[in-house]
Amino acid sequence: MKFRNVFLIITITCVAFSCRKVLPPQPPVVDVVDTVSNLSKIKGVYVLNEGNMGSNSCTLDYFDYTSGEYMCNIFPTRNPHVVKELGDVGNDLQIYGSKLYAVINCSHLVEVMDAVSARHIGTIEIPNGRYLTFHDGKGYVTSYSGPVSIDPSARLGYVAEFDTASLQVTREVAVGYQPEELVVVNNKLYVANSGGYRVPNYDRSVSVVDLATFIEKKIDVAINLHRLRKDAYGRIYVTSRGDFQGTGANTYVIDAVTDSVIDTLNFVATNLTVTGDSLYFISAEWSNMSANSFSYGVYDIKQQRQVVTNFITDGTEKQITRPYGIAVNPENGDIFVTDAQNYLMPGTLYCFTPHGKLKWHAITGDIPAHFAFLNK
Amino acid sequence: MVKFKTFLHVCRSVWVALLLSCSAVVMAQDSLRMDSVRLYKIPEVTVLAQRFMPQSVTPVQILSGKALENLTSHSVADALRYFSGMQIKDYGGVGGLKTINIRSMGTNHVGVFYDGIELGNAQNGTIDLGKFSLDNMESITLYNGEKNSTFQSAKDFGSSGNVYMQSKAPYFEKGETYHISAKLKAGSFWTVNPSLLWEQKLTEKVSLSSSVEYLYTTGRYKFTYQTLGGYDTTAIRQNGDVNALRAEIGLYGKVTDGHWRTKAYFYNSKRGYPGAVVRGKFTHEDRQWDSNFFLQSSFQKSFGEIYSLMLKGKYAYDYLHYLADPNRDASLMYVNNTYHQQEVYLSNANRFQWFDFWDTNLSVDVQWNGLDANLYNFVYPNRYTAMTALATAFYFDQFKCQASLLATYVHDKINTDSLSGAHQFHLAPAVYLSYQPFKKIDLNLRAFYKQSMRMPTFNDLYYTFIGNVNLKPEETTQYNIGVTYNQPFDGIVSLLTCQVDGYFNQVTNKIIATPTSNFFRWTMINLGYVEIVGTDVMLQTNFTFAKEIGLSARLNYTYQQARDLGDPSSPYNGGQIPYIPWHSGSLILNALVKSWSFNYSFIYTGERYSASANIPVNYEQPWYTHDLSVSKKMTWKAVELQLTVEVNNLLNQQYEVVRSYPMPGTNFRLIAQVKF
Repeated sequence: MKFRNVFLIITITCVAFSCRKVLPPQPPVVDVVDTVSNLSKIKGVYVLNEGNMGSNSCTLDYFDYTSGEYMCNIFPTRNPHVVKELGDVGNDLQIYGSKLYAVINCSHLVEVMDAVSARHIGTIEIPNGRYLTFHDGKGYVTSYSGPVSIDPSARLGYVAEFDTASLQVTREVAVGYQPEELVVVNNKLYVANSGGYRVPNYDRSVSVVDLATFIEKKIDVAINLHRLRKDAYGRIYVTSRGDFQGTGANTYVIDAVTDSVIDTLNFVATNLTVTGDSLYFISAEWSNMSANSFSYGVYDIKQQRQVVTNFITDGTEKQITRPYGIAVNPENGDIFVTDAQNYLMPGTLYCFTPHGKLKWHAITGDIPAHFAFLNK
Repeated sequence: MVKFKTFLHVCRSVWVALLLSCSAVVMAQDSLRMDSVRLYKIPEVTVLAQRFMPQSVTPVQILSGKALENLTSHSVADALRYFSGMQIKDYGGVGGLKTINIRSMGTNHVGVFYDGIELGNAQNGTIDLGKFSLDNMESITLYNGEKNSTFQSAKDFGSSGNVYMQSKAPYFEKGETYHISAKLKAGSFWTVNPSLLWEQKLTEKVSLSSSVEYLYTTGRYKFTYQTLGGYDTTAIRQNGDVNALRAEIGLYGKVTDGHWRTKAYFYNSKRGYPGAVVRGKFTHEDRQWDSNFFLQSSFQKSFGEIYSLMLKGKYAYDYLHYLADPNRDASLMYVNNTYHQQEVYLSNANRFQWFDFWDTNLSVDVQWNGLDANLYNFVYPNRYTAMTALATAFYFDQFKCQASLLATYVHDKINTDSLSGAHQFHLAPAVYLSYQPFKKIDLNLRAFYKQSMRMPTFNDLYYTFIGNVNLKPEETTQYNIGVTYNQPFDGIVSLLTCQVDGYFNQVTNKIIATPTSNFFRWTMINLGYVEIVGTDVMLQTNFTFAKEIGLSARLNYTYQQARDLGDPSSPYNGGQIPYIPWHSGSLILNALVKSWSFNYSFIYTGERYSASANIPVNYEQPWYTHDLSVSKKMTWKAVELQLTVEVNNLLNQQYEVVRSYPMPGTNFRLIAQVKF
């Protein structure tokens, strides 16, 4: 008789405790950070937060110039039916035409959204995708996962070309080892090959792919190449990360007519952006346990020399723990710098006036890194 | 010396109180002087006896005998979930990695001992307790601080908390010369788990025990992810298969005023890493092969009234092969690493029982660890450790006190000219006090203070590109006060025991990974600092309704606030450290009705955050599971047969212990055991 009571108690407790809630999609955190700005061309800017690997915490933020609001993590509520939200480790973000593209590296896809609403349109499956660029209605994505050869440690990367209307992959070409960023100049696609998986035998080349024939050739530059930016004069800026031991990082210039290295700039550009005739860069080179020293410089493209040693003029840079992303608003010259903190907590986005004074700052997701400006 | 024998009698009465096929879970410890190596098994009696649990100076919890068997747990890690103050990180499935953490101080601060000798892993400092099955296990004991005994090797004084796994030692009744026990477990996800135990009496003084177990599981369990008004998706966990074999053989001997034992242990497994479930990638193809072997011996003898000697020795070899093959999964980066670790350990403990009420112990341990790996730029570290412990204890009628001092010297030699290996010297004191204010009432107040440290692991110091040879050891300081109360009764409620401890712990120079110039390059630094305030509560009652009808209930509750205070400039300073819940607890009900036994267990883990930034995106919901089992024992001639049916996670809760690693829903197991 006593047992019946005991079992009854257990059953009731079970039922009572079984009501664990199904949570709704994460709502965005909205913060008013600035006054309303009436720009004629730019409406807002998207920020992609990479997120730590394995945590599925890549998120998308949006700063709206027309309301002065910073909206953190907008993807889940705008796309409640996309399983597991945006994904794991975002690596690049760009707007082309009417669509917003995000390369989600460890989810092995490119997320394609409507640029105005950030609503999901489709995906392009690319294993271990890295960076994107666009030309003439086609998109180009680099990936570490080229064809598996007999030696699994010597596996080339490749570039996939996809049609931006149909989102289908149309062509593929093998490039160097562990390709990173890419740009199109003079109907040729330039790809920076890092060779990061093949330490200490880093790759040293920039692959040049003729877009008509889709045949690749290489230019020798320096080890562990990462970023590529182009200017208005047919020149391409390439960054090398060095080998973190004896060989330091550096920045080089390639001429896209002769396809050869024409200059070595002798500053470290961990991240950079070209606006008009100015190249803004952040240096975050790490050295053995000494205090991290970062710099925020501007290189003048016409004069071919560094003209500003610190584009932050009000001392805000002392608050930045780890500068990571950089962007410049092409319309009003606002400079955006992100602070990735310790990679395990929300980052911070700083917005400076073109003269380097802090306008506003906002709390972002984990590891804020990539920007895409939305036109009206 | 006289008092010692009295305590021994007390130990014996404790075992006598076990019911036929149901034993309550013991919370307080036996005698202050009980050694971990010596085990006494007393003939079981049907007459229900009162339980009497002497006081303990250090907080201790035990799961042993039938209580351990009745738990529907696969492995030691699963069983440890029922202890207060314990947090398990479980990556899912029968074969998934499971690591433990005592009072939030970190998994590297837990000493794990098998038959009294510590299991080591100098490479990454963690022991995967999911690999230790409960099959041949007699008891699992958890001590906060250290074990209540001066007579232990120096290593036993060296951790913030210790888990002792004691395997079954053979015990023969008069006339018996052998025991054989064969068990077959089969369950969900194509789990098959046969095992065999053979105990043989060789001579009057020497016996042999041999145990073999094989485990196979596909690990393919269903899991569901859903959001309200969003999506609802169900998938099956892949690449979670495990193929494992364990074989142990041990010799146990008695000598005058002492005993010895020696054991060879071998474990070999092949398994997959199911990996993190993220968008677009629900399955991973990483594989792992590992082999573990150790040979360990211990010898203990008293010489005269005053002096006792304990010697221990061990050799261990561990092999690990990890493969990420792009041929199996195009998105993988190729990794093919093999690691070989070896350890040699020698220990010598000497106890001097000067008077009834005072003893001292001096122990010296030496150890060598070596790691060999096929990694780029590997330094092939060799670690030499020497530990000396001096401990003394006073035992009076109502007051007991124990104090110890541990000196550790560690020196690493590495295979590179540019750097020298780490070397450290460290002193760690500890003091324990216990007071029984009323002679007739078994109520005890206790307090302890302990400092301890853990050396950075080989990975922390020397891992290519990431390691930092200048790392200092992590240190913990613990302050604990508590109350224990035991009361046997004569009525239906035959026993009431409760234990409440409050504690404040600090972890300084916590080793954390920090990024450097970019996402790919991290390094280890001593920047963390954590403060932990908590309380562990345990309550046990036994009900005796009639002869052979009884019920025991055990309730555990832990409250913990573990704050990350490493970076005062951070807006998230003071946040709860990852995966530590504020509230957690468990309930075990065990009922015995003649030859039937019923077990119900409930585990609750409250809300927690997956990062020190305690913000909504990092919020993890509470999870709780209900497990139920029914068992029947039958005897036919000299053969005893027991059949058990288990249902785990009865209400099919879909939960994760660690973000992105879903756990199984409802699953079943059938166990058939034959003993003769």
